[in-house]
Amino acid sequence: MSKGRFGIYGGQYIPETLMNAVTELEEAYHRFKDDREFKAELSELQQNYGGRPSLLYYAEKMTKDLDGAKIYLKREDLNHTGSHKINNVLGQVLLAKRMGKTRVIAETGAGQHGVATATAAALMGMECEIYMGKEDTDRQALNVYRMELLGAKVHTVTSGTQTLKDAVNETMREWTRRVRDTHYVLGSIMGPHPFPTMVRDFQSIIGREAKQQILEQEGRLPDALVACVGGGSNAMGLFYEFIEDQSVRLIGCEAGGQGIDTDKNAATMATGTVGIFHGMKSYFCQDRYGQIAPVYSISAGLDYPGIGPEHANLNDLGRAEYVAVTDDEAVEAFEYLSRLEGIIPAIESAHAVAYVKKLAPSMAKEQIIIVNLSGRGDKDVAAIARYRGVEIYE
Amino acid sequence: MNKIKQTFAEGKAFVPFITAGDPSLEITEQLVLQMAEAGADLIELGIPFSDPVAEGTVIQAADARALAAGTTTDKIFATIQRVRRVSQVPLALMTYMNPIFTYGIEKFMVNSREAGIDAVIVPDVPFEEKEELLPFCTKYGIELISMITPTSKQRIKIIAAEAQGFVYCVSSLGVTGVRQEIGNNVREMIRLVKEVKDIPCAVGFGINTPEQAAEMAEFADGVIVGSAVVRIVEQYGADCLPHVVEYVRKMKEAVRR
Ligand SMILES: Cc1ncc(COP(=O)(O)O)c(C=O)c1O
Repeated sequence: MSKGRFGIYGGQYIPETLMNAVTELEEAYHRFKDDREFKAELSELQQNYGGRPSLLYYAEKMTKDLDGAKIYLKREDLNHTGSHKINNVLGQVLLAKRMGKTRVIAETGAGQHGVATATAAALMGMECEIYMGKEDTDRQALNVYRMELLGAKVHTVTSGTQTLKDAVNETMREWTRRVRDTHYVLGSIMGPHPFPTMVRDFQSIIGREAKQQILEQEGRLPDALVACVGGGSNAMGLFYEFIEDQSVRLIGCEAGGQGIDTDKNAATMATGTVGIFHGMKSYFCQDRYGQIAPVYSISAGLDYPGIGPEHANLNDLGRAEYVAVTDDEAVEAFEYLSRLEGIIPAIESAHAVAYVKKLAPSMAKEQIIIVNLSGRGDKDVAAIARYRGVEIYE
Repeated sequence: MNKIKQTFAEGKAFVPFITAGDPSLEITEQLVLQMAEAGADLIELGIPFSDPVAEGTVIQAADARALAAGTTTDKIFATIQRVRRVSQVPLALMTYMNPIFTYGIEKFMVNSREAGIDAVIVPDVPFEEKEELLPFCTKYGIELISMITPTSKQRIKIIAAEAQGFVYCVSSLGVTGVRQEIGNNVREMIRLVKEVKDIPCAVGFGINTPEQAAEMAEFADGVIVGSAVVRIVEQYGADCLPHVVEYVRKMKEAVRR
């Protein structure tokens, strides 16, 4: 079987035009990932620019309110640009620069990955173009302007369902058009090898920090880790360091949209089947002829019909569990965390918070949950207001 | 000698592409028959996919029209079987890996053979992943066409060494679509292929005019034209037949000049 497999999943299902580019990327990644200078430079950027380490915050009021397991929030929302996406982007853009690329392109759903990419490109002096579905440029208008402020060109994608999946399609097309000077900064642990491995490695700092922090604060490992799953990068970033720790439950929260018994959701594990798309073998929402399904979620960042191949494998092995959280539950959790802890989570992250609200009361008081607060919710305020029937202007 | 080899042995080939089911499978059936009559040597039939990542806007739109019209892989096989009652024109199916994988790779190849398909072209299955398809292609006598592109470089020889049927030489970077200028390193790409293997090389991506086709045919064994044909289908819809026929005739003439 080809390279980059997680069990049967992963691989490199991409057009021939891109094969040398991904091979070159893989070689560069292997060369630099253990290179002392590269590591030092990245670590310096992560700390002094990205704001790492992120806090592991004991959510005391939430814990009391739910009256069950102790809840800790891994505060990726406090990173520069407001989400975990910057962890991956700093790594990839630095690598692209070392490879002699002068231009980066990226897809974005919620706009967080686009903003992070535009930010790193500004910092490192690279040209930057971002592809974003029309539906998302509408619902995340603030992030579009933010990317433009950072000097990026934003392309509105009007093909297909005009969401994240189509933004990925368009970025791949652009990469085949202009591959020599351009690096595609993929935003999650998906796509062809080496992306799932490389992005996971860059994100795994979340779990490494969290493990050290929880051992310092509690002197023991947590009982459960909870994170939202779009492509799966913030979840795998948190999970990876704990995979060998069998006592730690790994729980990914997918977008249940209007419910997994409706056709308006993006819960790939709950409703998808094995397929091959966007460069990888994994689970996808699709029909019996392999046509990719139009998916739906209130959250632009989770509105994706697939999931990273490493998650597919953890699912099959029974090592991780995946649950679906509906729009309603996520919005309710968005408001809950805002009022109770004074922390406005990204609507993506609110999916994980919503599940913790169900999980914590069923656990004992000595038990510990770490939930990944993958991003902050400023970008979602207007959309949530609209969801509640309040028309506000951004 | 298999049909594809024989086709290229008879002279420079003109290979038009259409998306099956655009605007309807009835028109597709007529298009295949009439293009063959007008001189098409091999016809590439696209199975529409929801997310054709290697396609430019023209073929993307064709895929969307075909899917909206209710086209499915099963209905396409049924259409091809009807074609085969009257025509032996060589046929290649072009689609992405997911429609094949999800349908069932073996079932796909069984049905392809029963329908009389000669080859499959799967743009998102590169050399490194072809083992997933190849055993089934071999078992059911379907040729798996390899693609090479301007970025293939050192890979050309590796790919060519194991190529079957013909080598699909992608003329330029990027996705399908009509272009003003065709990359000029195709000639070199073909030379590298032939150094390793005596196999026909057909050039595709971007070709539109008879002049471009004639120029390519000077050194290529065949010329593949997709977007330009699909654009005619788009423009005339159900009335496209005479227009496509006229275009195919002109292009074939240019290729055989
Ligand atoms: C804040 C936030 N969390 C999560 C995601 C989902 O991505 P992933 O599953 O790769 O973490 C996104 C994507 O846009 C996001 O912006």
